[in-house]
Amino acid sequence: MHEFLQQYVFSYLDKDLTPGGAGSVFWATVYILLVFGGLSVAVIAMNWLERKILAHMQVRLGPMRVGPHGLLQPIADAIKLLLKEDIIPAEADKIIFWIAPFIVVLAAFTVFVVVPFGPTHAITDMNIGILFMLGVSSLSVLGIVTAGWASNSHYPLIGALRSSAQMVSYEVAMGLAVVSVIMMTSLETGTGTLSMIGIVQAQQTQGVWFVFKFFPLGLIGFAMFAIAMVAETNRAPFDLPEAESELTAGFHTEYSGFRWSLFFLAEYSAMIAVSSIAVTLWLGGWLRPFPSVRGPVITIPHIWTPADPSAGALDFVFALCPGIAFLLLGAMCFYNVRRMPKHPLFKIQTMGLAGFGAVLALIGLILFIPPVRDRVEDIFWFSAKVAAFMYLYIWYRGTFPRYRFDQLMKVGWKVLLPMGLALLILTAIVGMRTDLWAQLTGAVQP
Amino acid sequence: MNPVAMTPVATNPPVATPFFFYLLAATMIIGGILVITRKNAIHSAMALITALLAQAGLYLMLYAPFVAGVQIILYAGGIMVLFLFVIMLINLERNMKERQFNKQWLVGGIAALALGGLFISVYLKTTNAKALFPDGRLSYVEGQNTQAIAALLFDRGAGQYMFAFEIASLLLLVAIIGAVVMAKKRI
Repeated sequence: MHEFLQQYVFSYLDKDLTPGGAGSVFWATVYILLVFGGLSVAVIAMNWLERKILAHMQVRLGPMRVGPHGLLQPIADAIKLLLKEDIIPAEADKIIFWIAPFIVVLAAFTVFVVVPFGPTHAITDMNIGILFMLGVSSLSVLGIVTAGWASNSHYPLIGALRSSAQMVSYEVAMGLAVVSVIMMTSLETGTGTLSMIGIVQAQQTQGVWFVFKFFPLGLIGFAMFAIAMVAETNRAPFDLPEAESELTAGFHTEYSGFRWSLFFLAEYSAMIAVSSIAVTLWLGGWLRPFPSVRGPVITIPHIWTPADPSAGALDFVFALCPGIAFLLLGAMCFYNVRRMPKHPLFKIQTMGLAGFGAVLALIGLILFIPPVRDRVEDIFWFSAKVAAFMYLYIWYRGTFPRYRFDQLMKVGWKVLLPMGLALLILTAIVGMRTDLWAQLTGAVQP
Repeated sequence: MNPVAMTPVATNPPVATPFFFYLLAATMIIGGILVITRKNAIHSAMALITALLAQAGLYLMLYAPFVAGVQIILYAGGIMVLFLFVIMLINLERNMKERQFNKQWLVGGIAALALGGLFISVYLKTTNAKALFPDGRLSYVEGQNTQAIAALLFDRGAGQYMFAFEIASLLLLVAIIGAVVMAKKRI
């Protein structure tokens, strides 16, 4: 029995498959827990980063009191939210009021089943990957709408109506942009794919990120998606469902405590989800920058002995990036340790920051160990690209004023939709041009 | 690519077990009953969403992930959101107090009985009743579903449904334009 279990657990490690593909329930569970944990940490980090970056953009300090540079602020907030009284309005529709936040959270987390952090680092690879992601993330609007309605109050209802109109409108533009990418996947192999892993592999075989494919068509599609995804996640400048100047807090006005924090969690994980769609479809997913430039072939005993014979020096340099990134973060912590106030009251905070820096540096060092390095490099690049999108979200929020509702609808239906249709047709024509050319000149059809 | 060339392969044990079928079917039936018995239209809509999602699960069990995905996007994520949107604009308080005035239970009952009778007679008439419920399970590679549908629609040789597909979408377009024309006096 013991040996059987051991064999069951370790046999997966030899396969180049996702846990879902290998049918390994144990590893699927491990991956689900890892993704869930990583996501929660990311949401906590985003909470702190957003307040901090936004504050610096507006020439403020942001949270400074709880922990060094407010690092423990999100934890304090989480504890506050959990201890807060959970109020359900007397006139609310109790059951739906209770279910709504869970629908939103469920939809936001379920999409991560197919997000490819690496060729083998996804919970599973579905044949309908991107369709699944769009479909399940479109369910979150149901939660928002029912939350607004069940509150039985005016502001939430208006917020819910706005959000349903907005999300349905922008899903159209989003879908059109996605379809143009799916057409691109079929270019060299003849058969396209909807699978998230397949889409990245198509970019690998074609040797180009789809954002640069058929320049500027890929770029236009990417820009359309980048606009639509902000609207889809109800973020500034498209945050009309929760426009605080008009609607108090929009659809979640009546929510408090734990249930409100569920909405918060869902919003941020939905942001990460749509960003990872954008990264997968246009920015080459887990591929490092310049994936087809490999440099001269080198081997360093014990340090760089790649299984792939064509792996070059540049592969080695890029493989070191995750470790270096964490070391830099650790160094930044130590730099700030020296800048901490020397007053004895700050002693514990200073020590905490030093400890945090040490942990980051240790992670950096672990990432240099060859087997670890080779396994997590793809995860690092994927996360780095998603992080860039997260920064963009904060940047938008700090920069753009909120749209008016009619402007929002105008952008969605009168700008993005025609653009998407034109993009679709143009991509099809450009993609078929060799074929068309052959037909026109009477050459033999492939 | 030939759409018929879906070859059954021996892969992992299929998830399409009777347990999941009965679970999903029960969810669908309960959801369907709730749709017609709830007085509150929002509750009906939520029950309908549950039933539609269970139906998507059934499609998945039939190794048709593409159809399941489209079901979720179109029905649960698209049409039902518009349903809710419209229901919210209606004053629900008055509807809740009124008696339901739908007197079609007789017609409905007859139709349901006829349909049930049809199913039972088909089951009885079939000489080999087992043929309706095959013993073995064919497990297709899920990977072929999307491509097979695309081939059925658009393939140069085997694509037979292109015309019907385009006509149906044209019909929808006409309906949309008609709705806009009727709703707006001045365009």
